[in-house]
Amino acid sequence: MSQPELLAIRDLSVSFPAESGRTTVVRDLSLTVSPGETVALVGESGSGKSVTSLAVTRLLDYGPGRIDTGEILYRDRAGTVRDLVRADAETMRRLRGPEIAMVFQQPMSSLNPVMRIGEQIAEAIVQHRDLGWSEAEAEALQLLERVRIPDARRQLKRYPFEISGGMRQRVMIAIALASRPRLLIADEPTTALDVTVQAQVLRLLRELRDDLGTGLLFITHDMGVVAELADRVAVMRGGDRLEEGSVAQIFAAPVHPYTRSLLAAVPVLGSLADTPLPAPFTIAPEEAVPQDTVVAGAPTLELRELVTRFDVRNAFGMLRAHVHAVEHVSFDIHPGETLALVGESGCGKSTLGRSIVRLETPRSGQIVFEGQDVLGPEAETNRALRRGIQYVFQDPYSALDPRLTVGFSVAEPIRTHALRQGAAVTQRVGELLELVGLPPHFAARYPHELSGGQCQRVGIARALASEPRLIIADEAVAALDVSIRAQIVNLLMSLQRRLGLSCLFISHDMAVVERVSHRVAVMYLGQIVEIGPRQAVLSSPQHAYTRRLLAAVPIPDPARRRRELAIDDSEVPSPLRAPDDIPTVAPLVEVGPGHFVARHPVGGLY
Amino acid sequence: MLFFLRRLAAAIPVLFAVSVFVFGFVRVLPGDPARLVAGADATEQEVASARQALGLDRPIWEQYVRYVGASLKGDLGVSSRTREPVIDVIAARFWPTLWLTLAAMGWATLAGTFIGVWAGTRRGRWQDQMAMLFAIGGLSFPGFWLGLLLINLFSVHLGWLPTGGFDSWLSLLMPSFTLGVGVAAVLARFSRSAYVDVAAEDYVRTARSKGLRERRVIWRHGVRNALIPVVTLTGLEFGTLLGGAIVVETVFAWPGLGRLLVDSIAFRDYPVIQAEILLLSAEFMLINLVIDMLYGVLNPEIRLRS
Repeated sequence: MSQPELLAIRDLSVSFPAESGRTTVVRDLSLTVSPGETVALVGESGSGKSVTSLAVTRLLDYGPGRIDTGEILYRDRAGTVRDLVRADAETMRRLRGPEIAMVFQQPMSSLNPVMRIGEQIAEAIVQHRDLGWSEAEAEALQLLERVRIPDARRQLKRYPFEISGGMRQRVMIAIALASRPRLLIADEPTTALDVTVQAQVLRLLRELRDDLGTGLLFITHDMGVVAELADRVAVMRGGDRLEEGSVAQIFAAPVHPYTRSLLAAVPVLGSLADTPLPAPFTIAPEEAVPQDTVVAGAPTLELRELVTRFDVRNAFGMLRAHVHAVEHVSFDIHPGETLALVGESGCGKSTLGRSIVRLETPRSGQIVFEGQDVLGPEAETNRALRRGIQYVFQDPYSALDPRLTVGFSVAEPIRTHALRQGAAVTQRVGELLELVGLPPHFAARYPHELSGGQCQRVGIARALASEPRLIIADEAVAALDVSIRAQIVNLLMSLQRRLGLSCLFISHDMAVVERVSHRVAVMYLGQIVEIGPRQAVLSSPQHAYTRRLLAAVPIPDPARRRRELAIDDSEVPSPLRAPDDIPTVAPLVEVGPGHFVARHPVGGLY
Repeated sequence: MLFFLRRLAAAIPVLFAVSVFVFGFVRVLPGDPARLVAGADATEQEVASARQALGLDRPIWEQYVRYVGASLKGDLGVSSRTREPVIDVIAARFWPTLWLTLAAMGWATLAGTFIGVWAGTRRGRWQDQMAMLFAIGGLSFPGFWLGLLLINLFSVHLGWLPTGGFDSWLSLLMPSFTLGVGVAAVLARFSRSAYVDVAAEDYVRTARSKGLRERRVIWRHGVRNALIPVVTLTGLEFGTLLGGAIVVETVFAWPGLGRLLVDSIAFRDYPVIQAEILLLSAEFMLINLVIDMLYGVLNPEIRLRS
């Protein structure tokens, strides 16, 4: 048998205990990674891609999973090839770090919350190299600078909760690099990050691979990221490797039907650049029809100069600062129209959505829904107002009560608003479930019995139960797999056609936004910096921040890979300001028909 | 520090409420202190003058106002049983109880957490099951019964330890062990589950992916985080301990506050009961305040955000 250059997985099978017997989650997988090569392991949830990475590092041993058959051959620095499946715990411990390092998906939870960042990096150095703590700290400082963390010396002394998600992921990479690994396994390292931060992290990984000759096993579900980074691609589904090939081959001529459908479901920014109207994803055999649903007339929702701020108080309860979450936001949404609200985490887009349904209390401004003042005194008791605007949340699982049946959750708004009585309620629940593409007997199920996509359909059915005119979808498809995401987007669009719904679509995913929206509003530091028809905003962005956001979106086409990008490493400034420091908000300037842009400085950067 | 002062200030109204409650409560107890002071064969007139001497003939609200006024000047009154100042009575009993509870808390916390973590790292194996069996045993075993068994074995049969009293540090062993068993058992169960939760966290996996030694993974990354909820529980368990001390002190003839309370209730010694319950509440609040501070030490997010 031939010896691998770096890593060779052969016929690997992994199983987990199930109710009866064991479930195989990875089946006869073979895969190689060479030094300096990036291999992407692609698949949706449950495909076994993360389990494979845990098997290679044998971190699998600390959970219920077991390697049943196969071998994982690894050639170490000294040239010794050993089978990691048969290595003992101490050997594996010595390999983890200096030979094989990992970067995980959740930068929020992957760092120890009670330990300073410097120590978390330094301990990896102290463990594997003959260095004292102070030397290790000095090296940790260099590593932080290497991963371009600004003001690195100060960050060493900080705790994870004090820095942003993007910074945490850089710290994770710094930890992984601490002992100069020869194989880096990155498990969805950019999934939880904003696009601009994702672009920064991907560039960093690429540089490190090229400079250090590290082999990179990159696990992801994002075809855009694959196209940007990978040399070779292996596609997995349900524990099986379906297809493997060079990145060009997989994208240009996918052999397996699943790969083809996966690629078809990937939203490509710019694919609707030639048409003014949004259109659903083309999922065979359906034909995508342009979404001409906007009805002229009085707007469904009018926002005027809406301001929402949060107080930050010190130990004595005295006002120390304000979080300027929403600053003087004005826009209209017309019947049958989808307005997309885009921006990065912390820009205030969710607070804006929550303010409209009064989950947050705005400081000032006006919200008029179908001619009625949402913030007026009688609005408090006006159930009709609450009925008319409904919310669809990001995480479909946590948005449903785990101890109530799907039917109960969907029926609750019908009962609350007394829309139906008695047996008619049950019948209506069935209708609603069918409307969102679920069989009516799902009413008897509990959320944990459903998949993520099914849960989100229930979430939409629940929102529709009170017969709303406006749906606020807050990152409603962000947590879903690509193929499911396309289905849910199409569902929302077909519901809009059938029911004439208006929609505020809050998202950070520009490619999905292009699909669904008639108009786009770009939010930055609580302000709308650009708003206009979707085609105008995405094709000829006027504001610097909009351009930055669009430039960071990965293009799912390896032929159009951006080698050297002007990606700036700056962080979004904090929306926290001293009580008397009120940000300037000048009126937006019209640059095209219905296309408005902020021409005043926002947050110092733009 | 500011946090500390603020919490200290917040304790004042609580103590005030406790004083009202205790003051009212002792007075609805059946039994008449004046009659007990005057003696079993006293005439009605002697009882009446005893009542007047104790100030019990005045309206209850006036008694309370006088009591609070005097307390604020540091005068907690005179024991109706021994006629000594309450301050002296309590002061004499304070230290033995402090040593007893500290010793019990000390060993119970250390042993409880250690056993819990040890069991947690061996989850599902026989060591885990044995440890949890002992924890259940420790929880369900009544303190007075355990105390009597220990006295029977170590004092009566083996003659190694004194049966009771507080004459040497040796006599601290059995009472503090008896008192701490329940707390150790609760902490063992709780720290086990806290550790098991933490061990499943992503950052523990990260620690392993660095190739750290298992001991460092467990203690520096695991236990350090698991301790946060355990510490909170420890503060609350202190209340259990103060209550348990009453039983244990009676069994071991311990010259502490617990036994004083039992005796004072038997004699309807209002001033001593009131003062002692106030002291115990203050102690409990102070301990929990210290615990809250400790929480800040363990969890930087709380320290730096407040």
